[in-house]
Amino acid sequence: MTERAARPARPINPARSAGALSEGMGYLETLPRRLVTTYLPLAIIVVVLLFPFYWMALTSVKPDAQLLDMETVNPFWTPTPTLKHYAALLFDTEYPRWLWNTMYIAIGATILSLVSSVFAAYAIVRLRYRGAQWVGGAIFLAYLVPPSILFIPLSTVIYNYGLFDTTLALILVYPTILIPFSTWLLMGYFKTIPFELEECALIDGASRWQILTKIVIPLAIPGLISAFIFCFTLCWNEFIYALTFISSSPSKTVPVAIVTAFTDGDVYRWGSIMAGALFGSLPLVILYAFFVEHYVSAMTGAVKE
Amino acid sequence: MRAVSAATDSAAAVRAAAPSRWELLKWNRNWIGLWFMVPAAAFLLLFLAYPLVLGVWLSFTETRIGRAGVFVGLENYVWLSDDPVFWLSVFNTLLYTTVASAFKFAIGLYLALLLNRHLPFKAMIRAVVLIPFIVPTVLSAIAFWWIYDPQFSIVSWSLQKLGLIGRNIDFLGDPWNARWSTIFANIWRGVPFVAITLLAGLQTVSPSLYEAATIDGASRWQMFRFVTYPLLTPIIAVVMTFSVLFTFTDFQLIWVLTRGGPVNATHLMATLSYQRAILGGYLGEGSAIATAMIPFLLAAIMISWFGLQRRKWQHGEAND
Repeated sequence: MTERAARPARPINPARSAGALSEGMGYLETLPRRLVTTYLPLAIIVVVLLFPFYWMALTSVKPDAQLLDMETVNPFWTPTPTLKHYAALLFDTEYPRWLWNTMYIAIGATILSLVSSVFAAYAIVRLRYRGAQWVGGAIFLAYLVPPSILFIPLSTVIYNYGLFDTTLALILVYPTILIPFSTWLLMGYFKTIPFELEECALIDGASRWQILTKIVIPLAIPGLISAFIFCFTLCWNEFIYALTFISSSPSKTVPVAIVTAFTDGDVYRWGSIMAGALFGSLPLVILYAFFVEHYVSAMTGAVKE
Repeated sequence: MRAVSAATDSAAAVRAAAPSRWELLKWNRNWIGLWFMVPAAAFLLLFLAYPLVLGVWLSFTETRIGRAGVFVGLENYVWLSDDPVFWLSVFNTLLYTTVASAFKFAIGLYLALLLNRHLPFKAMIRAVVLIPFIVPTVLSAIAFWWIYDPQFSIVSWSLQKLGLIGRNIDFLGDPWNARWSTIFANIWRGVPFVAITLLAGLQTVSPSLYEAATIDGASRWQMFRFVTYPLLTPIIAVVMTFSVLFTFTDFQLIWVLTRGGPVNATHLMATLSYQRAILGGYLGEGSAIATAMIPFLLAAIMISWFGLQRRKWQHGEAND
């Protein structure tokens, strides 16, 4: 209240009143103030966000004795790193097989979804057939249907189709998560492609198919990459369907296998579990490192649309 | 059928005079649109719409694994309404969703505001912040499982060395500890998503608005309250709807960390329905629990819808 009343008369005091929420006004802040209000909280949050990964990596290279003895050696570091857990993981378990399954399912489902989504998004945005708006809305709603309420009926459906315990079941089911998302994302990209380009092509006698493959898709490549990476990540991440539909060990995916494989018996092999978890995240982190911008645009694009 | 017959009876003479019915059909938007929609529609109808309806139907039957059920009306629901474990799972789900979403929003917004400032290595920090969202939930949950270990927890060890606690904290063995521990893991996983999407929203706010506000002598809080927040409301509505939706239906984190224990203290509706339907074999009862989640989800979607409406109204446009 007092501030509001005093506002017209008060002189501008840059150090105090400039909030500097934006880049434009940032230069008005002093260094000590920035340290306390920006860098310190940021550092705390980043450390908390990254600590589990550090801990995962450290556990995976610690010798077994140090895992269970926290007194003789400082647990935050290990002087004698070992690759024993990784060797055990890769040579004594079916881990390579699980990794391959995950990769194969993720790529299969992603390609199926992208092809379907390109057609659907193009039809909704550019063909604008009767009811296209409604179909677009329905696809958005489909995005909001979570796997947690579908897995029970889906398991009976999968069973009746004779797909139970096959990787094909997952390749066919994952598109239901991916298609709504990538269609929505691609609709946004297709809208930005100028209509005139298509009109020119139509005048030159191009068919719809030619317009799609020769004009729209090449121009939407960034969108396709975003959609691909995001779909791939979602597939890799998926758990409940894989847990429900797959029961035999050779068909399992990494997330399901890791949870079940090393946890039977009384002794957990923490080193191998962590090695498996870290190794299983690696493909995604590498992919992410190369395509950060696509990733962010996929995530924010889908929300903003 | 019509396409084939139209193609066959269009003689060459007719084709020369005027576009045949086949030609017309070939250029008909609705017709082409239909075919373009077929692949997506096939997946969504077969594996999404049909199971959704089937799930509701199953909840009215007493189906078990390996045995087709008969219609029993509301029996599953009546049974559940007398089941304290079910009500406990509803309570847990609401607690989990409310607390986790509130913290995700608060920390996410704060982080977004921090990241929106002028920082060195901004792109790198932003990339690093998003990592918890990239790594599969199950795999990061496993890291938390080890961090929450009753004997060898690094958190207990550190607090003991600092002299803050006398003995190890039983993170996942005590009902309330287990609830807070799983909620913390969920917040940890969800903050990057909220922060990065809100950051994208913040970046669309013109700096000149802040300059104008500064000249008017607005305080830091006033600038946030009267400039940032109103412009950010629509995107907040959408982001939080997604966040609430995915928190409400969470399964992975709980399943890895506690499997619903200790004594059902962390069972969410999703994990309970998995336990009853898939492990217990009572598909009908499990479906009833899953179906009971739908009203909550509808409420979340309605909020999202109103958020979007408000955005259109703010932009003063009919669409987009």
